[in-house]
Amino acid sequence: MNEVPLSHILFLSTALFFIGAYGLFTRRNMITMLMSIELILNSVNINFIAFNKYLYPNRLEGVFFTIFIITIAAAEAAVAIAIIINLYRSHHSIDVEDAGEMKF
Amino acid sequence: MSASAIIFYCLAAFILGTGLLAVTTWKIFRSAIWLLFSLTGIAGLYFWLQMEFIAAVQIIVYVGGIVVLIIFSLFLTQASGKEMPKPPAGRMIFSALAVITGFALTYLLIHQHAFLPARQPAIEASVANIGTQMLSTTEHGYLLPFELASMLLLAAMIGCIVIAIKIKPEEK
Repeated sequence: MNEVPLSHILFLSTALFFIGAYGLFTRRNMITMLMSIELILNSVNINFIAFNKYLYPNRLEGVFFTIFIITIAAAEAAVAIAIIINLYRSHHSIDVEDAGEMKF
Repeated sequence: MSASAIIFYCLAAFILGTGLLAVTTWKIFRSAIWLLFSLTGIAGLYFWLQMEFIAAVQIIVYVGGIVVLIIFSLFLTQASGKEMPKPPAGRMIFSALAVITGFALTYLLIHQHAFLPARQPAIEASVANIGTQMLSTTEHGYLLPFELASMLLLAAMIGCIVIAIKIKPEEK
């Protein structure tokens, strides 16, 4: 593990974060936007684990942050999908452009 | 280059390639499957970093839970073989430009920063250590966030049922 420098792992997580951001910018379907958010959250988790392993191996703080992020991501995905299914029932579309009245 | 480094670069290429396919393919079901591969690759990365517990949690919660939930909701709301409408070309070009600029700026900062190597002795991230620290009430214990997370999960569960419940029309 020690042959790979920390900056290469950070390259991976940064690239994954911006891939998720690209998906968030270009997609207009709510479920695919949710998938992009999952990619972004995973890149943050990789960061926490890598920092914990490389810089502070005497602690477990990064592990706990990762566990709580995964927990909250699961709750967030479940609530978002409930909202999407309810929106599909009333609008017959899950495109964000068709849900404009939620803004006001 | 040792075998460990080769495994890391293969995993990184796998994660980035499947992640990129997940956000660029225009068939929505394929996008979900590419996301599944990407999350599995991240679990492999955690195994590579010797964080077995986090890797197991990643597989159970993300791969087994969230992606399955996403695929269920795809089948409930979409014709899964259909292609999604493409956004206007201007939006794709400008978001690609914004993303590449942001990535270059961030990686420049990371590249210039000198990370100090760790001097302290490492402790093992075993399930016993994680569990002891998570349920302890001392200075570095995580009992309060643990309890709050359980309340959040309960609230999310009730909220999902309330939001997604189907109200039957009154029978007359």
